[in-house]
Amino acid sequence: MVGLEHYLILSAVLFSIGLYGALAKRNAIIILMSIELMLNAVNIAMVAFSRYIVPLMLTGQVFAIFVMVVAAAEVAVGLAIIIAIYRHHDTIDATKIDLLKW
Amino acid sequence: MGASVAFWVLASIAVLAALSVVLVRDVFRAALSLILCFLMVAGLYITLSADFLAAVQILIYVGAISVLIILAIMLTREVQQGSPSNRFRLPAFFVAVLFFAGIAFALLNTPWQISSTPPLEPTTPAIAGLLFGEGGFILPVEIAPVLLLAAIIGAIVLVREK
Repeated sequence: MVGLEHYLILSAVLFSIGLYGALAKRNAIIILMSIELMLNAVNIAMVAFSRYIVPLMLTGQVFAIFVMVVAAAEVAVGLAIIIAIYRHHDTIDATKIDLLKW
Repeated sequence: MGASVAFWVLASIAVLAALSVVLVRDVFRAALSLILCFLMVAGLYITLSADFLAAVQILIYVGAISVLIILAIMLTREVQQGSPSNRFRLPAFFVAVLFFAGIAFALLNTPWQISSTPPLEPTTPAIAGLLFGEGGFILPVEIAPVLLLAAIIGAIVLVREK
């Protein structure tokens, strides 16, 4: 029988994979994709809480909808920033984009 | 029985697809694995009887965000270089494993108060009532379009040719 813990463990696995990708990758687009993975993992956890703990209130699903809205806005602005950086520097290697570092 | 089989199949494919996002060398294949992972998450929403969210997941993530990501990959010609790791590869791995261990320890030792009530089905009218009804989430719903408008204008300004 699949229960709440299964979904939460799956969510933690996906979040950890996304965390590793966001920390260890050099390509900025891969970093953004890893952040999307982490947002999806959080959504799974919230929908699972909503299903198993308060099945009639659905607040977890409403929060997941707002997370999706913010994720859509974030990915649009993030990819625009990456493309603008690529135009200026001809690279999206996150270790080489160090203009603000001193 | 059928629900647990569906969960295990969807969950294993989702984890494998997520692993290939961070491990595959080809950026384009990583994006395709990410789309597969999004699809599996939509299936998981169906097993959680969140039908509206599954449809929204497919529309927004599989439909829109994946197209944006693939477009960005094609506009930045980094495909030849693959997706190399930086020098924090091992520390990042340990941080991720530690994070997972901490979360797993916390959630396996928490006495969750599982409700035995069967879930609502379909969920769309109930979510609409929550979002737009009295005492619901109408203020965040009003703020969300402002955020989306700001994001659209910001994206246009950022990528516009000077």
